[in-house]
Amino acid sequence: MNRILPQIKSAAVNPLKSSQPLGAALAFLGVSGAIPLFHGSQGCTSFALVLLVRHFKEAVPLQTTAMDDVATILGGIDHLEEAILNLKTRTNPKLIGVCTTALVETRGEDFAKDLSNIKMKRANELSGTEIVLATTPDFEGAIEEGWTKAVTAMIERITRHGEQARQSKKIVILPGWNLTVADIEHLRETVESFGLKPVILPDLSGSLDGTVPDDRWVPTTYGGTTVKDIQELGTAVQCIAIGEHMRRPAEVLQRLAGVPYALFQTLTGLRGADRFISLLSAISGAPVPAKIRRRRAQLQDALLDGHFHFSGKKIAIAAEPDQLYQLATFFTGMGAEISAAVTTTGTSKILEKVPADPVQVGDLGDLEGLAAGADLLVTHSHGRQAAERLGIPLMRVGFPIFDRLGSQHKLTILYQGTRDLIFDVTNIFQADQHAPTPQSLDPFRNREMPDERRPSPIAR
Amino acid sequence: MHSPTAKIQDVFDEPACEINRAKDDKARKKGCSKPLTPGAAAGGCAFDGAKIVLQPITDVAHLVHAPLACEGNSWDNRGAASSGPTLWRRSFTTDLTEFDVVMGQGERKLFRAIREIKEGHAPSAIFVYSTCVTALIGDDIEVVCKRAAEKSGLPVVPINAPGFVGSKNLGNKLAGEALLDHVIGTVEPDDAGPYDINILGEFNLSGEFWLVKPLLDRLGIRVRACIPGDARYVDIASAHRARAAMLVCSTALINLARKMEERWGIPFFEGSFYGISDTSEALRQIAKLVVAKGANPDIIKRTEALIAEEEAIAWKRLAAFRPRLEGKRVLLNTGGVKSWSIVHALMEIGVEIVGTSVKKTTVEDKERIKQILKDESHMFESMAPRELYDMLSEQKVDIMLSGGRTQFIALKAKTPWLDINQERQHPYAGYAGMVELVRQIDLAIHNPMWWQVREPAPWEYQPTVKEELSCA
Repeated sequence: MNRILPQIKSAAVNPLKSSQPLGAALAFLGVSGAIPLFHGSQGCTSFALVLLVRHFKEAVPLQTTAMDDVATILGGIDHLEEAILNLKTRTNPKLIGVCTTALVETRGEDFAKDLSNIKMKRANELSGTEIVLATTPDFEGAIEEGWTKAVTAMIERITRHGEQARQSKKIVILPGWNLTVADIEHLRETVESFGLKPVILPDLSGSLDGTVPDDRWVPTTYGGTTVKDIQELGTAVQCIAIGEHMRRPAEVLQRLAGVPYALFQTLTGLRGADRFISLLSAISGAPVPAKIRRRRAQLQDALLDGHFHFSGKKIAIAAEPDQLYQLATFFTGMGAEISAAVTTTGTSKILEKVPADPVQVGDLGDLEGLAAGADLLVTHSHGRQAAERLGIPLMRVGFPIFDRLGSQHKLTILYQGTRDLIFDVTNIFQADQHAPTPQSLDPFRNREMPDERRPSPIAR
Repeated sequence: MHSPTAKIQDVFDEPACEINRAKDDKARKKGCSKPLTPGAAAGGCAFDGAKIVLQPITDVAHLVHAPLACEGNSWDNRGAASSGPTLWRRSFTTDLTEFDVVMGQGERKLFRAIREIKEGHAPSAIFVYSTCVTALIGDDIEVVCKRAAEKSGLPVVPINAPGFVGSKNLGNKLAGEALLDHVIGTVEPDDAGPYDINILGEFNLSGEFWLVKPLLDRLGIRVRACIPGDARYVDIASAHRARAAMLVCSTALINLARKMEERWGIPFFEGSFYGISDTSEALRQIAKLVVAKGANPDIIKRTEALIAEEEAIAWKRLAAFRPRLEGKRVLLNTGGVKSWSIVHALMEIGVEIVGTSVKKTTVEDKERIKQILKDESHMFESMAPRELYDMLSEQKVDIMLSGGRTQFIALKAKTPWLDINQERQHPYAGYAGMVELVRQIDLAIHNPMWWQVREPAPWEYQPTVKEELSCA
């Protein structure tokens, strides 16, 4: 088993994490007609909003309870109530996703009780709008935990409880946050090609893929999983969770509505894809379509062509736990070695399986320290400073990616996404080739020599 | 804990502020930030504002004492440029965990963090920012900074502007106060001269101050400190020996300018480097102020000569755009017209201003806007996204100039858009900057891409498409 090293520094240098409430907001943004609401000071929202906009290049609905110093002392329930009522009148959302922040959590109120009081008192005004609470203080977790909590809370709050009549072709997919818009679209098409009907929660491919209605401005999300879909998750025959961090919502769905689940820790790489396709074939009773078989063969060809470029390469990755696992297994599966692995939190079970030793819980300062001598840095856009200083190329993954276009339209899963990743990485290596020089190949370079035989520095 | 309350009252009481002067005593006490509406608020917090003002100081380590979000969600996000050190772009935060909060480990962790940064990054100084959570749990950053400074021999400056005390603008001003209390005047320069000036509130976004500095160099004027754009700590620490100052972004640092005048007798004027006539006027004022403080009066003549030369070149370059931009309709949506001379220059080459927001504008400015706009109804306090979208999608506007907040409203309404706020990609200051702005407007409006997003798919409007295909 690998070692997971806790953070011991006092000053985080160049954070790897984005905050937990941001992760929760992102999950709520995958629901149609939704608006996430941060319970905190206006800066909490403003920072998250700007970062989301820089990544997605879209207008992002996100609001704040605008806690000020007085409310911080006296309690924030009035602000919460006023914010919810204002959102209801101004935007009439289908869903308000309340995400708490460090400010209100440090004060420590009973938000669940506050919310149910508000809902009871204002039942008429708020009818037609679901309100879901995710408890997400910034002082723990990161995007992954926030996403998990929001999805779990939506299932607990909205999904009809109890055993229900099952639709034999309906399956629920709970994707991890690290899947892109392109990944979600690809998942849907793949599942549909077996004659199955997928319900995907959350579905960022509907709401954050760049398309908007032609004729009007919509102040909430537009597209995504509908609230009705979430209510009826219990009628599916099977749930598929993608990423270890989706185990909890899958378990909750099983407990509440009896839907069995299968968990895929990663869908990148041939093995995960094979298992996924086999499962779809088994559920549907349909044979694997020729198109998918062809994709598999294309991946195998990419493996053949690409492996030369991966063999023996040293890769330094900094990512949230599930994405770290997804990428580290991809690289080692191609013959590369993970020379540095940094992650956001030490609590995920998946970290034990990451093919790297040790895994450091930390920041991009840690990555920079550990990555000397690596051939490739793999992390989000904030890794650009380290890449520049170290002179190592950077492959941008995860969130935020603010200095490249199209990150949401990159495919990273199943046969086709794995194939694309192989090409992306290979092309980075090919663009960064170092021509051989007599010095770099000199068999005597770096060889230990007795001092008197070493050429004098002046002679050189 | 040192309460920021007294500071805030003091900042609200700013006598040099035009808007403030028009208020009565009671209104002034209330301050300038309107109470926010929960569920309908936009904009940053005081911490955000403080960091915006100070972060461009390039050789300082900026340490944010907070749980992750305050720094983790916001670092390396602004386009100020540095001609040397890159330390300011590194991010430092105590990243408080639940354990730290519950066990009251905040101050200890902060103290250790300061030591780590000093040892690992050799900064000229460390600025420590308090935030909502660390203020709420009562961490006394002033005491920690003082002790750390004594122990390390390094300036460690507390910036007391937790988010919940108010708006971004208030944070700007609290940052200015921190410089006054802890930095300016702490170093005596050995090279003070009669042509030394300070530029206050210039952020050097996209390096745009470098379009202006050569003009000052040509006149023999030395920028003792530009606060904060491309500044070094020691420049700011010795800024009190400048002879005059220009205040560029008045809403952010007016308190700093006024108090420097009070304390060290540095006269200042409010000016702008945006637009041709404003740039010229700024150069004139600078020359006038240094002469009043003892510089050789011949600089006034030299300044006029430079202005004449540079204006002629700029107007000539601008005239080339007239045929392409005459009659184009511009919507200014910036929260306040930052410079009249931009409006003036645009109108000079035939551009029409069809609307502007007047949210942060004074009464006097509103009168000027009325004279410019043909239709008064296009002066608006602020526009709801939906209304703005409707206005733009009716194609009554050829381009909107605004900040990032409304970028996607314009783009989704298929309207050309240019960023003129802090995230902008291009430098717009000085004579050359004005030409660049007009060039960017031209490029944006005339990009051949627009018809491709505006035209519906052929099968939706062209019944003849079938025929065309068959004869191809």
